[in-house]
Amino acid sequence: MDRYDFPDARGHFGPYGGVYVAETLMTALAELNEEYARAKADPAFWEEFRYELKHYVGRPSPIYHAKRWSELLGGAQVYLKREDLNHTGAHKVNNTIGQALLARRMGKKRVIAETGAGQHGVASATVAARYGMECVVYMGAEDVKRQSPNVYRMKLLGATVVPVESGSKTLKDAMNEAMRDWVTNIDSTFYIIGTAAGPHPYPMLVRDFQTVIGEECKVQMPEMIGRQPDVVVACVGGGSNAIGMFYPYIGVDGVRMVGVEAGGNGIETGRHAAPLSVGKPGVLHGFRSYLMFDEDGQISDTHSVSAGLDYPGVGPEHSYLKDIGRAEYTAINDDEALKAFHDLCRYEGIIPALESSHALAWAAKVAPTMSKDQVILVNLSGRGDKDINTVASLSGLTL
Amino acid sequence: MSRIAACFAALAGKKALIPFITAGDPHPEQTVGLMHGLVEGGADIIELGVPFSDPMADGPVIQRASERALAHKVGLRHVLEMVAEFRKTNATTPVVLMGYLNPLCAMGYAEFAKRAAAAGVDGMLTVDCPPEEAEELAAALQQENIDPIFLLAPTTPAERVAEIARHARGYVYYVSLKGVTGAGNLDIDDVARKIAALRQHIQVPIGVGFGIRDGATARAIAVTADAVVVGSRLVQEIEAATPETARERLTSLVAELKAAIS
Repeated sequence: MDRYDFPDARGHFGPYGGVYVAETLMTALAELNEEYARAKADPAFWEEFRYELKHYVGRPSPIYHAKRWSELLGGAQVYLKREDLNHTGAHKVNNTIGQALLARRMGKKRVIAETGAGQHGVASATVAARYGMECVVYMGAEDVKRQSPNVYRMKLLGATVVPVESGSKTLKDAMNEAMRDWVTNIDSTFYIIGTAAGPHPYPMLVRDFQTVIGEECKVQMPEMIGRQPDVVVACVGGGSNAIGMFYPYIGVDGVRMVGVEAGGNGIETGRHAAPLSVGKPGVLHGFRSYLMFDEDGQISDTHSVSAGLDYPGVGPEHSYLKDIGRAEYTAINDDEALKAFHDLCRYEGIIPALESSHALAWAAKVAPTMSKDQVILVNLSGRGDKDINTVASLSGLTL
Repeated sequence: MSRIAACFAALAGKKALIPFITAGDPHPEQTVGLMHGLVEGGADIIELGVPFSDPMADGPVIQRASERALAHKVGLRHVLEMVAEFRKTNATTPVVLMGYLNPLCAMGYAEFAKRAAAAGVDGMLTVDCPPEEAEELAAALQQENIDPIFLLAPTTPAERVAEIARHARGYVYYVSLKGVTGAGNLDIDDVARKIAALRQHIQVPIGVGFGIRDGATARAIAVTADAVVVGSRLVQEIEAATPETARERLTSLVAELKAAIS
């Protein structure tokens, strides 16, 4: 494809992205943008980032050939990028380290974060402990209930977890509350956004910190199979693990990129979280992107078995990649994701996050239609220990 | 001359009071009556909040007002109907809508501007649409002679103030503090210094809002500002009132605030 160089100087990916925030935040975002530009040009910044990823996170994460599961599926070979093996159990920490290093450069002693499944909250609490910063995590009251192990993890790490009781009490409301905190404490506080969304420069810098995923894959796949995969697939909530996987592959011809949204109870039921599949362009949380809203422009309540995908919007770069046709987006329902969850447990001995199970379920669906010498690379973005209560209760069990 | 310009011209240097209520709070059938009640109390301009599901810049009081209105499914099209109804008996008091961008995206900017003008709306303050992103919306509003009202904040640097001044119409809204609506950390002296600095660039009147809770703070702010915006305090009054007493209580509170700044 032609040269791909986004976002532009004002944070736009074609018609998406931008800086749609109240005036009070404009200067803070401009400062962050300037500081990131300086950091980006500073080899010492990246040297420290890479050091932390290697020695603290345990990168590079391996790629694993899920042979038994592939045989069972009877088609394409499924490979897993093992982000679940990272310290803290998901890809989120790649980003929180990058943003914490930026916060430290900017002299901010207090960090705040929003979280859905709790993975980003844990990753933020972790780096705050690591770098000696105060940490406050906003989490929808509904998510606090369904992700209690992660809530306790954050507390162990010294963070304050604030349950958010407004709106639908999920990720979007946690983000509203984090924005309110930020506007109030703007001088002292760095807002660590957890996904490739929010106002510019967040979608860009989160992407840049997460591209380590795809960069490693580009080296590891040729080492394992002598070529790049036919398809890369990742789940998409806000879309940070997906953009981290996709971005290095955008210019690689012949690699199909598939983002999998949360189909919830089924797109036709309206109870889902799939803005790229059925949403329209709109503005929320500081950026323009595909979004789920009603005829009055009120943001829709979403549903997914996976708290981390339960968000009505999506990172702006995904909207752009959809429009230009470079990536395709589809949805997987709760029950399909759960089946993939159980299958990976039983056939490969890996407990995947419910979020990542959506990408796995897509692979399970499509692999049988492909030939045995084709390769699907799934971003296994997180481990599923945090989800065992949810899965148990769906199976009628209490732990 | 627009209603907003005419309003400030008629005040001839006296200070304007701009009360804010959320359309549809506590009930859509009460809003037009409450607007007339604000005018009876001495409102010079009315800011009417458009309910939104995710009011990121608002504190708990105005969040609750939005939730009460949304419980009655009040959306932008209903708000425009309310303004049209208000205009049947009030042709002079400017009405400025205050809200978030997505309801406008959903209606379409040009369609919104056309319908808002027909309803008698005079200005649009879109909290999450700074001038950088406002080109298309501002053009649509200008087409219909609706003023885009922009925010200025304590964090806005001088060069940015100058840039916003180029886009500002009607008046500008200076956010008096770092925080959300209804916050409690208002610093009057700081506001006075900032307004003096803003005047070097801003030609239109300067309104000040966020955190103004009573006659005393309104009076202190009015020493330097051209207009005083009061929102959360009025919404609290609506919350505390019964449907029967809400209008009367609002009128009397607005009268008290108006007397304080006169």
